[in-house]
Amino acid sequence: MRCSRAWLVALLFGLSLLLGQTATRASTINDAIAHFTADDFDETGAGISEVAASGSPRAAVILQALQNGQLMFSAERKAVYVQDDAGKLWDAVTGDAVGGDPPADLDTVNINNRLRSAIDAALGGLTLLSADPAKRLDAAEAVFKSRQASALPTLEAAFAKEQDGRIKYVLAQARAAIVLTSPDAATADKLAAVEIIRQRGDQDALALLLSLPDGTAVPVMRAANAAIAAIQQRLALWDAVQNAWYGLSLGSVLLLAAIGLAITFGVMGVINMAHGEMVMVGAYVTFLVQNAIRGYAPNLFDYSLAISVPSAFIAAGLIGILIERCIIRFLYGRPLETLLATWGLSLILQQAVRTIFGPNNREVGNPSFMSGAFDVGGITVTYNRLWIICFALAVFVALLGLLRFTRFGLEMRAVTQNRAMAASMGIRTSRIDALTFGLGSGIAGIAGVALSQIDNVSPNLGQGYIIDSFMVVVFGGVGNLWGTFVGAFVLGIANKFLEPYAGAVLGKIAILVLIILFIQKRPRGLFALKGRAVEA
Amino acid sequence: MSSSSKNSHRSNATISRRGLLVGASGLALGLPLAATVPARADETIKIGILHSLSGTMAISETTLKDVMLMLIDAQNKKGGLLGKKLEPVVVDHASNWPLFAEKARELISKDKVSVVFGCWTSVSRKSVLPVFKELDSILFYPVQFEGEEGERNVFYTGAAPNQQAIPAVDYLMSADGGLVKRWVLEGTDYVYPRTTNKILEAYLKQKGVVDADIMINYTPFGFSDWQTEVSKIKAFGSAGKKTAVVSTINGDANVPFYKELGNQGIKATDIPVVAFSVGEEELAGLDTKPLVGHLAAWNYFESIKTPANTAFIKEWHDFIGNPKRTTNDPMEAHYIGFNMWVKAVQKAGTTDPDKVISALPGTKQANLSGGVSEMLPNHYITKPVFIGEIRPDGQFNVVWKTKDLVPGAAWSPYLPGSKDLVADWVNLKCGNYNTVTKTCGGT
Repeated sequence: MRCSRAWLVALLFGLSLLLGQTATRASTINDAIAHFTADDFDETGAGISEVAASGSPRAAVILQALQNGQLMFSAERKAVYVQDDAGKLWDAVTGDAVGGDPPADLDTVNINNRLRSAIDAALGGLTLLSADPAKRLDAAEAVFKSRQASALPTLEAAFAKEQDGRIKYVLAQARAAIVLTSPDAATADKLAAVEIIRQRGDQDALALLLSLPDGTAVPVMRAANAAIAAIQQRLALWDAVQNAWYGLSLGSVLLLAAIGLAITFGVMGVINMAHGEMVMVGAYVTFLVQNAIRGYAPNLFDYSLAISVPSAFIAAGLIGILIERCIIRFLYGRPLETLLATWGLSLILQQAVRTIFGPNNREVGNPSFMSGAFDVGGITVTYNRLWIICFALAVFVALLGLLRFTRFGLEMRAVTQNRAMAASMGIRTSRIDALTFGLGSGIAGIAGVALSQIDNVSPNLGQGYIIDSFMVVVFGGVGNLWGTFVGAFVLGIANKFLEPYAGAVLGKIAILVLIILFIQKRPRGLFALKGRAVEA
Repeated sequence: MSSSSKNSHRSNATISRRGLLVGASGLALGLPLAATVPARADETIKIGILHSLSGTMAISETTLKDVMLMLIDAQNKKGGLLGKKLEPVVVDHASNWPLFAEKARELISKDKVSVVFGCWTSVSRKSVLPVFKELDSILFYPVQFEGEEGERNVFYTGAAPNQQAIPAVDYLMSADGGLVKRWVLEGTDYVYPRTTNKILEAYLKQKGVVDADIMINYTPFGFSDWQTEVSKIKAFGSAGKKTAVVSTINGDANVPFYKELGNQGIKATDIPVVAFSVGEEELAGLDTKPLVGHLAAWNYFESIKTPANTAFIKEWHDFIGNPKRTTNDPMEAHYIGFNMWVKAVQKAGTTDPDKVISALPGTKQANLSGGVSEMLPNHYITKPVFIGEIRPDGQFNVVWKTKDLVPGAAWSPYLPGSKDLVADWVNLKCGNYNTVTKTCGGT
């Protein structure tokens, strides 16, 4: 791109390699795959390079199958097969269906990480000219990582043909990586390559520049060091952005966990130690919903969370109402007894779940839109964290709206602020109490749906969040939703900025110390509120 | 000292933070739950099973109780032992440390058991030790742990660090393991990871790895927000040298850790993670496809194909009535330990603890992976070491194993405090004999 001479030299270099290769192509694909029947990692490794070099049109299929664990062999028949998802066998070389009984000693061709890298590199070289742009991009990245000089001719061909700018860019980087690590490329080409790598500017680029072979020419080394410094400076900047993002993400989790407690503890003044178990109930509802969907309507799987949210709200809400009617209403105004009763209740709920579902973790799958990640500048944004932030904000807004614009919200606020007055206005305060507790528990259940995506669904799920939830509510100010909102994000971001320096353990301790100091100064948290909570 | 003990520790941590609730939790967890099979006079030999069946440790220990019941049942069908039937006495200490010692005392002095199989966490083992010494009984401990112990009354059928951690590092340094040059030692913050990492750090330095190429991180129990830690690992791994993570992360914290690895796109071919506390059971709650190729080091894998293992798995599925239940390393340890005890009792002709303790060293028992394990004079056993890669179906594919069985070492030669110590209960009659000062009694 920048330097056409570099391309010319590389082309010649590639041509010489190509000529060298024709000799090795004498070995046929049949000889190559015979290596796979040895059940030995070194033999399999030899097989991979020979299959890649054979030029056979089946090479990519065979290597793909090997990568996916679908390449089978029979030592007895000296044969190699590709097994499809249905378990049917196909001859690896001819691609014909295999008739008759499968061989008795059929076994998978095993690979390890070393071979996996070799397959990635080989496949990268083979699929550079694929029709599928996504495959071409993967291939270009694979070549960038493997830096295999043998891929250079194909790389040049792919570069000349490529229309997609993004793929072309990565192809240039892959070429630069090969030039940089090859011992006999010209210094001018290497300097151009350093520049291309510097523009890439991510951790892989840094790794490449840091691992330049000994004996690299001095000017190249100097340019590389300058590029390393530039990349490191850029990454340090992105580091701060990344910490802020992680902080937002942690804050949203804290907000979700605490927002239900902001109702039961914040608004009603009930020290609800069973709050975490409501979160757990929500997570288990998600598990049940996903199980049902897997059983009856597998194609609805991506909607499982949308179905889980109302289900979890109703389930946890009903349990909450039941708890309020049966236990809590007898304990109003006696915080210590409430604390003990709800703590006991949390243990009962945990053991009940352990008895029903077993002590092991239950698998809750991520729907496709919540899996994976994308890069923004120098940071990686994972989809599940992004959606959880959106979800937390949506729940917060919905709750705010409910309190402000509905009759139930009005009655709830009335009872909170002045119970006697509200009662004399004809509001059935005990009904409002039950519904409010149900609302808080229901919201905790919704939080459980979100947390099931990032944490274990086990009977102990709730325990991990109860302390953090209380911390957020107390820090933000008891009885104020905005306090919970600000508190959650402040604590999340502070935690994530401390963690890289202090470590995870010390970071957490530091946060707790800071909160203690803060509470000394402002005992009612960030946003103090007047109401029943204050009177109590 | 292995998987999932984090839960119990986590509840401890929470309690201390909660302050006010210490009393309340103690009260609630302290409810003893003892399930004793009705005794039938003297014609039975009683075997104590000391595993948590409720509380946070239940996740790992319930399985071990079940496997013990299965082994005892099978032995009874073979005609019992010394002409008597075996009778299991199961007690539940509810993942509660103070209750451990109490329950152990009850088992030995009240129920008069001849031997106890139990404990998972190191803290539980340490807390019952004085009881076993005082009342002179036998404990079989089935979990991989940090070593640095050699007690007369305890038989360690789990792996010592030299039977798991050191071979795993050796593998990663080999060509097949990827010629790893840079190391992240990532662990949960408590005694097992800290001791293991100390041993590994000393070992790596001896192998010529410099300080700058070792990063040690600890996280609290039940840690769930791995974003920062994983990006730290990613950054550490981009220094141009092959990097690997040695994980002593415990129990539940593993699931979000592996999820985050998958999310941030760290593949096993880039930065492999070798774990010492992740087995078949831990992977059960996880989508393992993004994790294919990450490693675990154990002395047993369910996927090992030997006639003995196939028979064991079948027996387990029949006994538990669920063909989906997995088998794991500590289960095999109990299998070996129980059979060794049976042989020692037959050899001694009595269940008297002193005679059985003398008879146990030298006892041989075929393990499930095709070798024959032997009880050593230091009360550890010989075991093969396997490195397995995670498969898409949540099982492990063995990619490497030691040529011979590795004898367990009670004291690590890589730690300054223990390099001169040996345990030998046959000739030296000492668990911490100092080979330099020629005295029994440690450093």
